[in-house]
Amino acid sequence: MLELYGTRLASRLLLGSARYPSPAVLAEAVRASGSEVVTVSLRRESAGERAGQGFWSFIRELNVRVLPNTAGCHTAKEAVTTAHMAREVFGTTWIKLEVIGEEDTLQPDVFGLTEAARVLAGEGFQVFPYTTEDLVVAERLLEAGCRVLMPWGAPIGSGRGLNNLFGLAALRAHFPEVPLIIDAGLGVPSHAAQALELGFDAVLINTAVAQAGDPVEMARAFAQAVAAGHAGRLAGPIAARDMASPSTPVIGTAFRG
Amino acid sequence: MRILVNGAWRETGSPQLAAALAELGYGGAVVTTAVNGEFVAAGARERTPLADGDRVEVLAPMQGG
Repeated sequence: MLELYGTRLASRLLLGSARYPSPAVLAEAVRASGSEVVTVSLRRESAGERAGQGFWSFIRELNVRVLPNTAGCHTAKEAVTTAHMAREVFGTTWIKLEVIGEEDTLQPDVFGLTEAARVLAGEGFQVFPYTTEDLVVAERLLEAGCRVLMPWGAPIGSGRGLNNLFGLAALRAHFPEVPLIIDAGLGVPSHAAQALELGFDAVLINTAVAQAGDPVEMARAFAQAVAAGHAGRLAGPIAARDMASPSTPVIGTAFRG
Repeated sequence: MRILVNGAWRETGSPQLAAALAELGYGGAVVTTAVNGEFVAAGARERTPLADGDRVEVLAPMQGG
């Protein structure tokens, strides 16, 4: 079972709540995915529209654990303040910590990320840092008090899958005991299966499901891929090799000698 | 005085945050607040004074990835 900060989860698929065609489709996709953790965010509330009020009632009815993010923050200071605000309104000490460093790739600012992680972990937050596959940064985040890491597969919303297989495999090998969740950039279910086969503990999907032609079916497909990838990992994949190795026994082959 | 609420200038006669939120129409809403970049907990709004030019953020739950 997946365990994140002491919480045991049956599903290894975490789902984002943004960019769905409608709240009803989001609710159905969450159900189809089997996800027990759904990411949420904070935005400026208009006194007239009060859009956030309805969304919050709606999310609570889904009976899932929420993982608030600090999306849109560009400095450690902004991210820390946003985390304080999220803790109050969502009633959880879980925080998906994002400090964005570059607009085209939405690449994390790993310096601001580490700084904010240290502050928040010190205040009792359970920090889920959105990071890269960099080993040194990962080490710093663990030193800062993070007990889960969320490396990117590819830039957010790009659907490109696991861009740096070598780096991600190195990260997995380097921190065998740390829950690692691939966050961002996955496009199709096979990407998720690949992540689990590589030994990652879970994946977080948003755009690939929300923007699919049929988000509910895609949520179901990702759930199957995650389960298959995890089962494959546990079953012990064979090592890749450069040359063929006959699968049919060669002893007693006809017409030889 | 004028305060900047969610990026827009607003007139308020309220000397503290809780009263200003009510005056601006946020009464009863599930929101979380910051003044000049610092988080202000719900329980501290009544004792948080406002001054001309203060930047107030009023945030609420929203979809996120």
